[in-house]
Amino acid sequence: MKYAGLLVMPAGFFLTLAALALFPQSPQRVAFVVCGLAVEGLGLVIAVRGHMLPRGANHP
Amino acid sequence: MNPLASIPSAPPPAMSEGVFALVLALLLIAPLAIAGVALLNTGLGRSRSAAHALLGNLAVVAVAAMVFALIGATLTGSLPGASGSAGFSFHAAGKSWNWLGSGSFQLAGMGNAAPQAQLAVLFEFLSVAMAVLLPWGSGADRFRLAAGCATAVILSAIVFPLAAHWIWAGGWLASLGVNFSLGAGFLDMGGAATVHALGGLSALAVVWIAGPRRGKFPKEGLSTAMPGHNAAYVLFGCMLASVGWLAWNAAGAILWLRAPLAALPLTAINTLLSASAAIVATLILTRVRFGKPDASLCANGWLAGLVASSACAAIATPAETIFVGAVAGIFTPLLVELLELALSVDDPSGAVTVHGAAGLWGLFAAGLFAPQPGQLLAQLVGIAALLGVILPLVYLLFALLNRVVPFRVDPDGERMGMDLHELGGGAYPEFVIHRDESYR
Repeated sequence: MKYAGLLVMPAGFFLTLAALALFPQSPQRVAFVVCGLAVEGLGLVIAVRGHMLPRGANHP
Repeated sequence: MNPLASIPSAPPPAMSEGVFALVLALLLIAPLAIAGVALLNTGLGRSRSAAHALLGNLAVVAVAAMVFALIGATLTGSLPGASGSAGFSFHAAGKSWNWLGSGSFQLAGMGNAAPQAQLAVLFEFLSVAMAVLLPWGSGADRFRLAAGCATAVILSAIVFPLAAHWIWAGGWLASLGVNFSLGAGFLDMGGAATVHALGGLSALAVVWIAGPRRGKFPKEGLSTAMPGHNAAYVLFGCMLASVGWLAWNAAGAILWLRAPLAALPLTAINTLLSASAAIVATLILTRVRFGKPDASLCANGWLAGLVASSACAAIATPAETIFVGAVAGIFTPLLVELLELALSVDDPSGAVTVHGAAGLWGLFAAGLFAPQPGQLLAQLVGIAALLGVILPLVYLLFALLNRVVPFRVDPDGERMGMDLHELGGGAYPEFVIHRDESYR
């Protein structure tokens, strides 16, 4: 889970770059940049959940 | 002066001697911010690790400075090399994407470089010193000194130069305005991205890899409170940091925004206003939530306000800066609580929130309040680069490093305290050191 989340984050970044390269018009570009950030946010959530300690586990 | 040094092919705009002297003086005051953060790191850890924390602050700064001089400064590219190369670029969608610098090797020709380039390199030295302190503070009480120094090597040789080149040395983020008509390109006048967001995200990677302190998250019940051992260090660190921050933001405004001297008083006032609004907001919030203001959270709030001001103090108006600081002051205690209680993140210095989150918020706010059209989008692209490239890259490099130089001290060492285990002597030899059980 933790690695999956960290792999999703660069995918969001490439979506942001694609928005710059593919959409010269502002509205589509803004929408795709925001989508890229949303994907990064999703990846961060997955990474955070992957690093959370399970309840009842033998913690250090 | 190096008589063999070549003249840079594209010198930066000329800077008068008076402005050079002023920026140099400001940059000589700026290390007070580093000293303040070092005191905070020490005060927020436990008493049995205090000497280790403070020595570690010095050690990671020393390692980072040397590695940056030997390797990092070349990859940052602020000091033009003998060939005058602008760095490594590739072409896509009809635009040039400059992604890595190729500056002067080991600072050769520094004395002959343009004044602005010399000051830029000095600014970057201070920035890398601050950035490596942040993960060190978050790993307090279990992060080995050797591992701390090794993370400083990675940050100062690879990660910081990459980000600093993109943002300050003509990289693709700085060129967003020219290439894609996005405002003035990504703006980061005081290191909100290159220092604080980068350091905060690195702190998150360290905390994830090293794991929580022993006994922090017991099998049953809530997380164990492990308060900082010296609130006086923490609060004095905030005061010291404020002095350094005023100089840091003023120097950054001249260097990276080409701000006129007349803009500096307002930049300084905005820096103080942001911190003031943040601490007042945190004070009220903790008073309402806990019945009494919390000293360490208020210190974190003050620092979060300073961090947020690093991005927008020279851009926003005083009223806007107060808003920026107040928001930072409100989310800081809430996010600290969320990270600890809900997300199992044991971050003694609070760097993930105070530097990471507040840095990102400041960068967003700079776009929100900047007068240029398209600036907000440029800031969002920069934030996307920090989250989408820097965090995964740092995590990957740190995870590999952890296999070679284990981050975490062994259980006996943690029980004994880092001072005795790694240094052989404590910071307070005449004090009684509390055992873990006393926290329950």
